Amino acid sequence: MSAGHQTDTSNHSHAHHGVNHGSLAGYLTGFGLSVVLTAVPFWLVMTNALGNQMASAIAIMAFAVVQIIVHMVFFLHMNTRSESGWTMMALIFTLILVMIALTGSLWVMYHLNVNMMPGHDMSQIP
Amino acid sequence: MFDNPALLKAIFGRLTLESLPLHEPIVVATFIVVALGGIALVGALTYFKLWGYLWREWFTSVDHKRIGVMYMVLGIVMLLRGFSDAIMMRLQQAMAFGGSEGYLNSHHYDQIFTAHGVIMIFFVAMPLVTGLMNFVVPLQIGARDVSFPFLNNFSFWMTVGGAVIVMMSLFVGEFARTGWLAYPPLSGIGYSPDVGVDYYIWALQVAGVGTLLSGVNLVCTIVKMRAPGMTMMRMPIFTWTALCTNVLIVAAFPVLTAVLALLALDRYVGTNFFTNDFGGNPMMYVNLIWIWGHPEVYILILPAFGIFSEVTSAFCGKRLFGYTSMVYATIVITILSYLVWLHHFFTMGSGASVNSFFGITTMIISIPTGAKIFNWLFTMYRGRIRFELPMMWTVAFMLTFTVGGMTGVLLAVPPADFVLHNSLFLVAHFHNVIIGGVLFGLFAGISYWFPKAFGFRLDPFWGKMSFWFWVVGFWFAFMPLYILGLMGVTRRLRTFEDPSLQIWFIIAAFGAFLILLGILSFLIQIFVSVRRREQLRDDTGDPWDGRTLEWATSSPPPAYNFAFTPVIHDLDTWADMKNRGYQRPLTGFHDIHMPRNTGAGVILAGLSVVLAVALIWYIWWLAIVSFVALIGYAIAHTFNYDRDFHIPSSDVTRVEDERTRLLAATSQAG
Repeated sequence: MSAGHQTDTSNHSHAHHGVNHGSLAGYLTGFGLSVVLTAVPFWLVMTNALGNQMASAIAIMAFAVVQIIVHMVFFLHMNTRSESGWTMMALIFTLILVMIALTGSLWVMYHLNVNMMPGHDMSQIP
Repeated sequence: MFDNPALLKAIFGRLTLESLPLHEPIVVATFIVVALGGIALVGALTYFKLWGYLWREWFTSVDHKRIGVMYMVLGIVMLLRGFSDAIMMRLQQAMAFGGSEGYLNSHHYDQIFTAHGVIMIFFVAMPLVTGLMNFVVPLQIGARDVSFPFLNNFSFWMTVGGAVIVMMSLFVGEFARTGWLAYPPLSGIGYSPDVGVDYYIWALQVAGVGTLLSGVNLVCTIVKMRAPGMTMMRMPIFTWTALCTNVLIVAAFPVLTAVLALLALDRYVGTNFFTNDFGGNPMMYVNLIWIWGHPEVYILILPAFGIFSEVTSAFCGKRLFGYTSMVYATIVITILSYLVWLHHFFTMGSGASVNSFFGITTMIISIPTGAKIFNWLFTMYRGRIRFELPMMWTVAFMLTFTVGGMTGVLLAVPPADFVLHNSLFLVAHFHNVIIGGVLFGLFAGISYWFPKAFGFRLDPFWGKMSFWFWVVGFWFAFMPLYILGLMGVTRRLRTFEDPSLQIWFIIAAFGAFLILLGILSFLIQIFVSVRRREQLRDDTGDPWDGRTLEWATSSPPPAYNFAFTPVIHDLDTWADMKNRGYQRPLTGFHDIHMPRNTGAGVILAGLSVVLAVALIWYIWWLAIVSFVALIGYAIAHTFNYDRDFHIPSSDVTRVEDERTRLLAATSQAG
């Protein structure tokens, strides 16, 4: 005789707990960082400052990754605490699956190509 | 006007009178039977004036319980279609020996094996699994409904929309002749210029929207709406498996959507993602679709594992052995299911290193699955087992599924797979795990939760008839296929040369006939149970002496599920409450805030079907109109603010008083 009851009739009353809606300073910081992270790759390409196309491409990719993180932190307000950690958990899970799918596919298709298509450049076959 | 082909083409696209398969007598006969049945059904509904009732109380309902029941009805109706395909194949293969062509031409036969696979996975197994999760999960976690009740209704109707598109292909045009995963280049526009593959693509895209949204909905429900005190490790095991399954749905289905979209682009606008030339690669399609496809089989089997756990625990009258290990096994399977997809195409030629990696991961995934089997066995050990129907299905599952699991590990060895790939051995294996695992689980779940949904049990005699016909029929139907597969017979063949093989196909056809009797017994069981509902009635709401929260409320549960949200103190909540002498609250009820029914789900899904049909038949003006209508209606619906209402406390008091009266009558009678 102790299974008590909640008198509150709604059982979804936690709507705004643990959700960070950000601040003006946060949004401006994010905006500033995004602009810089976009401008620098443009500058790299237009002036060819690194003097090497491959190096430029790698640099752009690196900036893109940082850009994604900036968006997630400043605009999507993701941190390790929001939604009692579920947001972080979902992010980690997503990253693992995307990594598996991408690296797995590249690995599988590369081996397939080497084994099954020796000496063929697929893009040249009409 | 009708002499102008350009005008007709502009109006009807490639849909012409020749698209109707009038030259196929089997299809015409089927159409006549279906049409007569349909007219009889529509006539009966009109005669008994049920249309208004169905529309108001069911079609537009946002109640998770009613949507769950509608999913089950859809699954069972589509099971009849999928099974008709199966028994036609079995008959054809048993006949087509010694120069005989059987009774199906190759054009029709190829459509049948494709439709069988597509329907059984997407429109039988998925709706039945989703239906049970929809019905049971909110009750098990003490919630009033799912997180997004309208979205739930919309998801259901999108699934129905997909089913309607597949069924339409039977009588207007044709279905894909490519096998259930529509590998290119066969499914490309060059080799399949007809509408079949387009039917396939758009049916799955429409249904896929429904599946994905219902996955989001249930994940959100389980994460956010558990009753106070229900920590993650106090969640019933079925809810755990439902959570993992829906996480898999959310993660995997976008891959299917993307790969089908790429195939559609290849077919519609001439891109070259999966063509043989211009840098396309058909094997990329195979790779991508199995990144979805392997998680898909775990999407189906995990809830079945959950059902078996609940059933074993309830019918052995004790707590589930190794709850924690069961939860971790489920999570491990969830992750590992993303690491094994290449075992579906070992023979593609990725070489030894890739094949051994995926062979080993596949063998590893059998470890958590095996751990689950031992947990069930140890739960039964020294339990007071009651062999009611759900428990019988569970035992049959353990015996059957273990064999399927072992042949699976055998197929995971790449050299063995090179011999058995695409053979009937493979066909026998996956039917062994899907029928012996998923389907037996669904039948266990149906007979377990049916009294909760309708307030009376299913008739045990016809249930046992169904059980024995199904189980024996399964073994007769698929063991010969293992043998034939080992002898090298490949799948999807229409005719055979070697007369010594015929006996095995006749045995398999006999098994399919037994399964037919099993399905008929199941239908009779439902019919008889409805007729005898007064004798089978259960007023307690707890007919099996259950252990989880859904048995705490009445059968069928009231629209609001629980008058007061229960507070959870233990894993087997209801068993714990009963042990502590729980008293139902009899007074002090409040108004209850509930979502309002809406017809928007039906309308949006209907527009999606029109859009899909327009795209299939190249009726471009209709595609544009229906697309604009779809988006416009969706936006307009967001301005509908009349979405909720309160059940007044007087109504709640009336419903709860009625239950008090019934409970008192039952305890006096008992």
